[in-house]
Amino acid sequence: MKVPTAILTLIIGILITLASLWVSQNNDLLLPIAAASEAAEIDRLFASMMAIATGLFLIVQGALLYSLFAFRRKSDDQTDAEPVHGNVPLEIVWTAIPAMLVLWLGIYSFDVYQSIDSVGTMGSHNMAHQHGDMERVADADAATMVTDQGQMYSDALSQAVATETVEPLQVNVDGLQYAWLFTYPDTGIISGELHLPVNRPVTLNITARDVIHAFWVPEFRLKQDAVPGQVTHLNFQPTEEGVYPVICAELCGAYHGAMKTRSIVHSGPEYQAWVDSQLVANTSKETVAQSITVSPLEHHAAAMGLPHHLHKPHQSDLAQVDHAPSAS
Amino acid sequence: MTEAQAPHLEEVEVTPWREYFSFSTDHKVIGIQYLVTSFVFYLIGGLLAELVRTELATPASDFVQRETYNELFTMHATIMIFLWIIPTLTGGFGNFLVPLMIGARDMAFPKLNAIAFWIIPPTSILLLCSFFVGPAAAGWTSYPPLSLMTNKAGEAIWILGVILLGTSSIMAGLNFLVTILKMRIPSMTLNDMPLFCWAMLATSALQLVATPVLSGAMVLLGFDLLVGTNFFNPAGGGDPIVYQHMFWFYSHPAVYIMILPAFGLISEILPVHARKPIFGYQAIAYSSIAISFLGLIVWAHHMFTSGTPDWLRMFFMIATMVIAVPTGIKVFSWVATVWGGKLNLCSAMLFGMAFVSMFVVGGLSGVMVASVPFDIHVHDTYFVVAHLHYVLFGGSVFGIYAGLYHWFPKMTGRMLNEFWGKVHFAMTFVGFNICFLPMHVLGLQGMNRRIAEYDPKFAALNVVCTIGSYILATSTIPFVVNAVWSWLAGPRANSNPWKGLTLEWTVPSPPPVENFEEDPVLAIGPYDYGTPKALDFVAATLAPAPALAADSLE
Ligand code: HEM
Ligand SMILES: [Cu+2]
Ligand SMILES: [Cu+2]
Repeated sequence: MKVPTAILTLIIGILITLASLWVSQNNDLLLPIAAASEAAEIDRLFASMMAIATGLFLIVQGALLYSLFAFRRKSDDQTDAEPVHGNVPLEIVWTAIPAMLVLWLGIYSFDVYQSIDSVGTMGSHNMAHQHGDMERVADADAATMVTDQGQMYSDALSQAVATETVEPLQVNVDGLQYAWLFTYPDTGIISGELHLPVNRPVTLNITARDVIHAFWVPEFRLKQDAVPGQVTHLNFQPTEEGVYPVICAELCGAYHGAMKTRSIVHSGPEYQAWVDSQLVANTSKETVAQSITVSPLEHHAAAMGLPHHLHKPHQSDLAQVDHAPSAS
Repeated sequence: MTEAQAPHLEEVEVTPWREYFSFSTDHKVIGIQYLVTSFVFYLIGGLLAELVRTELATPASDFVQRETYNELFTMHATIMIFLWIIPTLTGGFGNFLVPLMIGARDMAFPKLNAIAFWIIPPTSILLLCSFFVGPAAAGWTSYPPLSLMTNKAGEAIWILGVILLGTSSIMAGLNFLVTILKMRIPSMTLNDMPLFCWAMLATSALQLVATPVLSGAMVLLGFDLLVGTNFFNPAGGGDPIVYQHMFWFYSHPAVYIMILPAFGLISEILPVHARKPIFGYQAIAYSSIAISFLGLIVWAHHMFTSGTPDWLRMFFMIATMVIAVPTGIKVFSWVATVWGGKLNLCSAMLFGMAFVSMFVVGGLSGVMVASVPFDIHVHDTYFVVAHLHYVLFGGSVFGIYAGLYHWFPKMTGRMLNEFWGKVHFAMTFVGFNICFLPMHVLGLQGMNRRIAEYDPKFAALNVVCTIGSYILATSTIPFVVNAVWSWLAGPRANSNPWKGLTLEWTVPSPPPVENFEEDPVLAIGPYDYGTPKALDFVAATLAPAPALAADSLE
């Protein structure tokens, strides 16, 4: 018995839809855990894109595979196939469907982007004067950092915190070949690891010393280039306690692959304990900073027999950063 | 294709081999010069890729020095893009096919054509020589300030190389534009042109508009590097982001320069071997033009994490996604062309269908990375490496292979061996997917690109990728042996072994110096398979020379 084409198409359509839905529900295997509220939203976007992609993939590959077997030329058949040149309704349909999908995806992406408000100035259009990403700082020196931070603070306060009661924690992030340096302007702590309290919004003010680096925590799904001479920002809220890698995602030289550290999301009390321990230990900030960021690298570099100039210790720079936060 | 062995083949003239080493102005000789030179660089670029993959077989940086690793992938990408894909598709296939397809005796400016080619060998040797001084190591994107700090001599050579190759590309683009617009036989309107010519029209426009901006960026970067100016160097108040804008203003369109001609080749190959007209000729033709235009306004999607302002990110996101529409039109048209055909599953057709299949994967991941929030996660990770290889390898390279199998008889007058062609295809297809499919997952899970050492938790998938890459590398052996052997001693091809309807099949294989003895007259559309006219046409092309007795067709 021959199954009517319409029914066959319907069945195939249902199967493809089911497969797409299944993929959209089960792609968490592909991603690391989501440790920030922003990550959860991006994952939902990813899931719906995967669903669409799976559907289109199955349709096209299915049609090609089917053709490969069903329309193979019989060895004794030298004639041509039916001369079909086009089919206007069909062409309109397959132009309209992708166009609508793309439109929907654009709007959805826009929406997610606006609601995560992680990167840049999306929420700040109502501010009296904007403080954009592209805001140039002549030099990422102490004074500029402080003003920038103050501004960012109020920016962040008006947007992200509108719904929150807690004010965002400010952290200045500094990328240098080949380490990350985190400065906490509120307390003056300098650290080679990023310590954050869970469920509190965070604003990172990111810059670089030498070349372009990129701050990336896969578990937060967030990435932002660290550009020398500019300050860029990331706003987010960690939601899961744990230890996550901080990775440099922009090629920054020979040790680019080794430029990583950890980001530790603490419970509230644990975070406070860390802050306290840092403040005690921080009698000489310079030594702390050096011991945390530079020494491991020195060690590393020495072990690799690298010439000394390849891993600048940045003594003078460290001193600068050191003074900046305590001034605020 | 035994029926291809028609009589009267002894009269076919073969271009003497010395011609290929001369400053010839024959577009066919130049085309083959491009093809062979570029293929040699494909093998070199592939060798570098294997070294990269071998390093990545283990998490530690233990196979080459870290700096060497950066040099390897920088030169790998540079060679693959500037010395393999672009010269092969535009220079190689464009030169060989465009004049034949439009019934012209040569390109509009034959000498310019030769100069454009002869810029390439010395430049490529120069680029390779930079290995003696330490080649560029800042990625093929060469972002300052890093590019101003590592391997200065190598970087200077790289900049010069890119400027020269860009010049060659501009010359070629100009030549194609004039040739296609002015040299068609009078009876051929734009809408009678084979789709490869449409694709070359769109590509050439891009080469002409976008490449000068790259040269500008390179000149400024060169000044920063050698003279100490501060256009891009933040240490002196320059803006490294401006470089990125200039660079991507060229390099995004460059990916269309690398894929549009391949689209064109596929649009020629599928109908012949499916024995069906191309589905939606005008949709395919105009979508090339649309892609070429849209391609010029989406560059900043490579800069979503560079501190680009929000409104700009949104503009570029939407513009990028819009490109999915004309691209989708093409893909659906190809599938519809194959659907209901009488498929001759020769090597050319297998590569052609695999092109569509693999390009779809790259296209879908492309739409995903166009979405800003998602791109923020996967930018500069192996997800992007996977995406770009599905487009450039699964797309461009599969397209090139399809083209080589399809036009080899026309170019050399000899048939390739089908059995080894299929072996080549199977190994390439399997190796390619084993190598690049897992990279999507690596990127999603947190492996960034351009690193010699990585977290051990990524080790297993990387081993899979590396094994895949070895299969890929091995897959070139059957092809090279087949091509060399067949060129020297393969069975003779008649003028139209695949029974194609475009004009290049009306002349002997290989075509004589001036292509056409008399100006051809258009007797049939390029894709009118399945019509009685097509039978007459094919019969006429198989008839004894003069190959095309145009008047006998009506
Ligand atoms: C034998 C096949 C190939 C293999 C095994 C291979 C492997 C790789 C790998 C592992 C990388 C990543 C390097 C890194 O980011 O650390 C890479 C980068 C790249 N490859 Fe390939 N590749 C192959 C063929 C091609 C082809 C045919 C092209 C065509 C244009 C190409 C273009 C590129 C580009 C543009 C990059 C980016 C380099 C960069 O990040 O600067 N590759 N390749
Ligand atoms: Cu870095
Ligand atoms: Cu880095």
